[in-house]
Amino acid sequence: MAAAREPGSFRLVATLALTGLISGLLLVGVYLLTQPRILRNQAEALYAAIFRVLPGTVEIKTYVVRDNELVYFEAPEGRLPTEQAVFAGHREDGSLVGYAVPADGPGFMDTIKLIYGYDPSRRVIVGMQVLDSRETPGLGDKIITDPGFHQNFEALAIEPEIVAVKKGKKEQPNEVDCITGATISSEAVVGILNKSSHQWAPLLVSPEETSEVSQHVAPSQP
Amino acid sequence: MSPPANPKSSWDEFVKGLWRENPVFIAVLGLCPAMAVTNSLKNGLVMGAATMFVLVGSSLLVSLLRKVIPRAVRVPCYIIIIATFVTTVDFVLAALMPVAHKQLGAFISLIVVNCLILGRQEAFASKNTTPMALVDALGMSAGFTLALAMIGGVREILGSGSLLGLRLFGESFEPWAIMILPPGGFLSLGALLTLFAWFKERSEKRREREAV
Repeated sequence: MAAAREPGSFRLVATLALTGLISGLLLVGVYLLTQPRILRNQAEALYAAIFRVLPGTVEIKTYVVRDNELVYFEAPEGRLPTEQAVFAGHREDGSLVGYAVPADGPGFMDTIKLIYGYDPSRRVIVGMQVLDSRETPGLGDKIITDPGFHQNFEALAIEPEIVAVKKGKKEQPNEVDCITGATISSEAVVGILNKSSHQWAPLLVSPEETSEVSQHVAPSQP
Repeated sequence: MSPPANPKSSWDEFVKGLWRENPVFIAVLGLCPAMAVTNSLKNGLVMGAATMFVLVGSSLLVSLLRKVIPRAVRVPCYIIIIATFVTTVDFVLAALMPVAHKQLGAFISLIVVNCLILGRQEAFASKNTTPMALVDALGMSAGFTLALAMIGGVREILGSGSLLGLRLFGESFEPWAIMILPPGGFLSLGALLTLFAWFKERSEKRREREAV
């Protein structure tokens, strides 16, 4: 390097400010370009999970909770509400399959996010899908894929309480067979379901009462 | 032995990143992503591609601006440039490859602190012409991708019994779960580093013998 004249501090500050400004502008552009697609991906992943936890569903209606009441949420272009929401799944004839309820709680490594289907007329869980988790690959992450584990959630009674038992010991409708080698993750799923189902069950009413619920239509903007 | 006619040919600059100065196996840089995300070949390739985008983009800008940016503030400027490209790649991956983006998680954002990238700006892009900087960035990131693909390939074959998701062995194969867990990253990287060190030593010995 030649012994160039030392640039003054104004030049240094100006260079940094300009770099930051250009970088900021570029990022705003990238954000605006990619954000709709990212939101759509998230909504698609969630909707795919809802169809799986509520078998037989052909139509999904979104509800949000306001003043301890379910309020119908008009979803603009499949947008997800930013508030706490549940999703009602309906059959071809319009009857209610159940509600898909997102829930989360501590797992072995990090928060486990899941969604489960709840049938209010039978008071049972009819399906469960893990949406996001960082459980140990090969062991804890079997809660995502293990078909035997998922069979537990095809008709799981939530009352008096869901209980995790050792693999092969399931006898009662409210018991869940743990995955061998993933006991902590299995119990974490049970814990999340217990907490969430007891919180939600009083709000999620059986079909006869839902007609009254759908009368209230909430604007999409809170 | 005659010296190469043009010691700084662009081909030479490209190849050095693949082999002689491979960022992972020789320079031992960027080990955090090299171990953290390489539990499958696909994750290794996606991480390599994301790093390539950031490194090539940053080297391009830094070499173009090398006479504009005052030396005293060069590092913060490089970091802003790198962070811009990293954030871009983060958004683009989330939009186009949501599954891969979820698996790589925080490690995409952490490309910004990969010393390979800042290192190439300081050591090369800020001192060389734009075409040379581009060739250097392409070579280095191709070498990085190659390294991640090798580690990811070894770990996926042993740890999941598959390659790019295709099952390789019959039902009787019991995957070595440890290989897709963090220790598997250390084991594979250690084995590959040993292999590269051995190759290097052998070729040096051969050169010595030829010189005699």
